[in-house]
Amino acid sequence: MIEDWGQAAGDTWSSLVAYAPGFLSASWLALQISILVILLSWACGLAAALGKISPYRFIRWPFQFYVWFVRGTPTLIQIFIVYFGLPQVGVRMSPFVAGVIALGVNSGAYVAEIVRGGLLAIPKGQTESSLALGMSYWQLMSRIILPQVVRIILPPITNEATTTLKNTSLLSTITVVELTLHAQIVIARTFRPFDFYIVAAVLYLIMTTLLTHLSARLERHYARRQ
Amino acid sequence: MTEAPPHRESSGPGDPTRSPGPLLELVGLHKTFDQTEVLRGISLAVMPGEVVAIIGASGSGKSTLLRCVNLLERPTGGEIIFAGRPVDYAVHGLFARQHRRLRELRSQIGMVFQSYNLWPHKTVIENVVEAPIRVRGLPRRTAIERAEDLLATIGLEEKRDEYPARLSGGQQQRVAIVRALAMEPKLMLFDEVTSALDPELVGEVLELMERLAKDGMTMLVVTHEIAFARDVSTRAIYIDQGVIAEEGRASEVLTAPRNERTRQFLGRVLHARHAPAARPSRA
Repeated sequence: MIEDWGQAAGDTWSSLVAYAPGFLSASWLALQISILVILLSWACGLAAALGKISPYRFIRWPFQFYVWFVRGTPTLIQIFIVYFGLPQVGVRMSPFVAGVIALGVNSGAYVAEIVRGGLLAIPKGQTESSLALGMSYWQLMSRIILPQVVRIILPPITNEATTTLKNTSLLSTITVVELTLHAQIVIARTFRPFDFYIVAAVLYLIMTTLLTHLSARLERHYARRQ
Repeated sequence: MTEAPPHRESSGPGDPTRSPGPLLELVGLHKTFDQTEVLRGISLAVMPGEVVAIIGASGSGKSTLLRCVNLLERPTGGEIIFAGRPVDYAVHGLFARQHRRLRELRSQIGMVFQSYNLWPHKTVIENVVEAPIRVRGLPRRTAIERAEDLLATIGLEEKRDEYPARLSGGQQQRVAIVRALAMEPKLMLFDEVTSALDPELVGEVLELMERLAKDGMTMLVVTHEIAFARDVSTRAIYIDQGVIAEEGRASEVLTAPRNERTRQFLGRVLHARHAPAARPSRA
């Protein structure tokens, strides 16, 4: 009995080592996807946040719809719409590209709300003093408002980035061989779901922890400078 | 021998120093917020070098008047003429040309606010050079040199690399004034700039403003500091319910007002100034 256990543990260990390179490169892919998705979500989120506070209704309205739609529907459905749905109307993409776009647009809606909250937290006097000096809208935003917003929203934006990283596992459903699908493939071969799902979980955990640490360092950096 | 042209005094309007028309002229200015008429026809001409004190109860429209001059608020009627040119405030929107002219106007009119509004993520020197570099396009080095000179005049040159949060209110407000001056404005607007300060810090800010006035800066000053208005300004205006209720030499309006409401207002303000320290905090 005890020997069986020892043997199983030994097997686990040797198979873990054997499968390590595959898991590492799958993690790397998940990380790459995450980075692209996060960058896309910032672009979408910033545009939507600025759009949603525009004084012009025809600018505001489409962005309001975007945020409302994305936040009100499941992420998985959105991924399916982009990957399975769009080809029906002639838009074909690789699973990788479809996945990045779907997740980026999805996360962008949440980022939009975070950025909007940050924008509203900046006192009106900051805008007024900048405009009174003759600054343009873009100078005001890029030099005065957004640098202050970034400091405020760093914690929630990190939170959203971690969510994004974990959400990349949903792309396993559209054949992107990232960490989750890689684990499933290995499990199908070895019949050891416990071991390899734990391995996958630990790898996700390492990546999210690194992300959180990075953000904490940034926060300290900004705190020193004011 | 003598090169001086004989008819210099009557030279055309292109020479502002020789034909001193008003620097700022307001004609029948109106401002309505929703249903409320805040300004109900304000007309005012400010000559170069004048220091005009604007007094009045809170809600009388004096701050709105100031904010209409640089179009932080858009007037709903009337005319604004700045440096001889009518200001076109009616068109508004995404039109770049309009925006450029608006920014040009604002870059010539400095404004100082009650709450200082320094940028907290920039150091003192960065606060001062930002607009000269970005808006006026000055080379960085020139802007920094000028900013350092300006900071030296207010004795804050050692604070150049501090963040605003590390300064006292009085220091912050003086930096805010210097930040506006760095644009070399033709007109300065002061919107209750000492109202948020601890009493012992008011003096240093008023002193700086007095120095500016003596140097010939044209100033519009909304204030509750009656003594300052009386001693420094050339003219005082009392605004009541959106109109100019009384106007004249500062010494007359503020010491011997003809208007009953001006008298009552001054009575209240002066009384409040001399009231015991334990008064309820401002709403």
